[in-house]
Amino acid sequence: MFEIIPEKDQLTVAKLTSSFANSIDHHELMKDMLCITVKKESIGDILLFLRDDRELQFNFLTTLCGMHYPEKDQLGVVYHLHSFVNNHRIRLKTSTPISDPTIPSATSIWPTANWMERETYDFFGIQFVGHPNLTRILNVDDMVDFPLRKEFPLEDQTRDDKDDSQFGR
Amino acid sequence: MAKEVNSDYWDKDRVKAEEPKEYNTLNVGPTHPATHGVFQNVMLMDGEYIVSTEQTIGYIHRAFEKIAERRPFYQITPLTDRLNYCSAPLNNMGWHMTVEKLLGIETPKRVDYLRIVIMELARIADHVICNSVIGVDSGALTGFTYMFQDREFIYEIYEEICGSRLTTNMGRIGGFERNFSPKAWEKIKYFLEFFPAKLKEFETLLMRNRIFMDRTINVGAFPLDRALAYGFTGPNLRACGLDYDVRVMNPYCSYEEFEFTIPVGQNGDTYDRFMVRQAEMKQSLSIIQQALDKLDALEDKETYYACDPRFVLPPKEKVYNNMEALIWHFKIVMGETDIPVGEVYHCIEGANGELGFYLISDGGRTASRLHFRRPGFIYYQAYPEMVQGTMLSDAILTMSSMNVIAGELDA
Repeated sequence: MFEIIPEKDQLTVAKLTSSFANSIDHHELMKDMLCITVKKESIGDILLFLRDDRELQFNFLTTLCGMHYPEKDQLGVVYHLHSFVNNHRIRLKTSTPISDPTIPSATSIWPTANWMERETYDFFGIQFVGHPNLTRILNVDDMVDFPLRKEFPLEDQTRDDKDDSQFGR
Repeated sequence: MAKEVNSDYWDKDRVKAEEPKEYNTLNVGPTHPATHGVFQNVMLMDGEYIVSTEQTIGYIHRAFEKIAERRPFYQITPLTDRLNYCSAPLNNMGWHMTVEKLLGIETPKRVDYLRIVIMELARIADHVICNSVIGVDSGALTGFTYMFQDREFIYEIYEEICGSRLTTNMGRIGGFERNFSPKAWEKIKYFLEFFPAKLKEFETLLMRNRIFMDRTINVGAFPLDRALAYGFTGPNLRACGLDYDVRVMNPYCSYEEFEFTIPVGQNGDTYDRFMVRQAEMKQSLSIIQQALDKLDALEDKETYYACDPRFVLPPKEKVYNNMEALIWHFKIVMGETDIPVGEVYHCIEGANGELGFYLISDGGRTASRLHFRRPGFIYYQAYPEMVQGTMLSDAILTMSSMNVIAGELDA
């Protein structure tokens, strides 16, 4: 468990709400980490603010990963930020309709977001606006689908149309 | 004066040299004896010097994140095994702890200490490989052949504990599948006895070796601010001079009870990375010794799994002889237990950086989404910047000192 320090969480939320009142949708403590849901239009500004604020100093982008919410027809991106100075971790979430999968890129804030965003594009088809080289990274270049979306189920283990003897079973 | 007289002659020569250069494209990999794994680099070369590099990755991509969405929590370890396969038990323990955090399982102290013994052994095994391979790439094959005997011994310890060697599938949610055997303890203690001397021998071979120092000092150096911007963690970040260690910053698995120091480097070059790993192995040995002492001090010598029948698979003897254990075994395997809805991020200090697991559960028997923070994937993208303007042979050395593991890179 990460240590839960309510003062740090409150400070982060207070600072964000005072600067970006209209962009913060929701915040809650999930298990041991503060989780803030923000609107995608201002995600770039918020990340930059969190990195450069003298008190918060979220200087490190730990991970960035994609999400698919089929019931809401949305795609999402989750950022984990870490402030080495305060030893404080937060999670930022943002989402976009699947019909318009664009989200501002974080590559100008952290170069490390480059491959993380390429991976997210590769698997979820999220277009990161402002990314220098948004191409597939792990999958083959001529692939057309985005395989981590939920509409691609993995093979059913109980299917019976396969001839097992051909597979040495 | 003589210089002025001859200036015409020299100028002509210089103009010749400054004519538009013809760069060569060199394809290193995907299978190349010097890259230790499936890495491809398309390098633009000016003679021996690298102008720019473009990496191609994904040759051994196996869609772990997708497969994980179909597997129950106790079947994920075969996937984590194959991330950083040089230190598979570390990945497994990290995964078990993530699930325990989601389910709210408290592990007994003895389990924590057993895990620490295994995790530090895995760290040593990983660092041994990386450091001896740095030796190989700088031309010293001898250290590699010697150190692989010790890695082999660590694998024998794994074998005593869980039955397998490279991809160990070790541990279960809540603890271990069985108690450590007396033979395993014997081997761990013997390892602590003989390994420091072997490590010393390896150090005398390389550490103050003039050739090795010339090949590694100021090679592949990377400044701290760039390292942070590129998401470096683990020994690579510490070699740049920042003492970030998850074991100390966010202690897990009772690491807060242990005394150890975080070795740091200064220049972030290949030599510093080598030295940081060397020093970390000594710290790991000390941690294992402390864990053994703590285990001796514990009255309990039998507990090896957490007592939470809802999620922890009972030992097989109990399943065959005890009705309740059989029921719980059946419920867990058939996915009848209630998994809480929620999401957790847990990270451990992997052998090459912060290994994170972001697990989202929607209450089903499998994860709704599982994302691995793979340190190698994140810091390998700095490679072109690190090797720009250096020689090809130094670039090979830089790559091996970064400890990028293909399995982890491609997931």
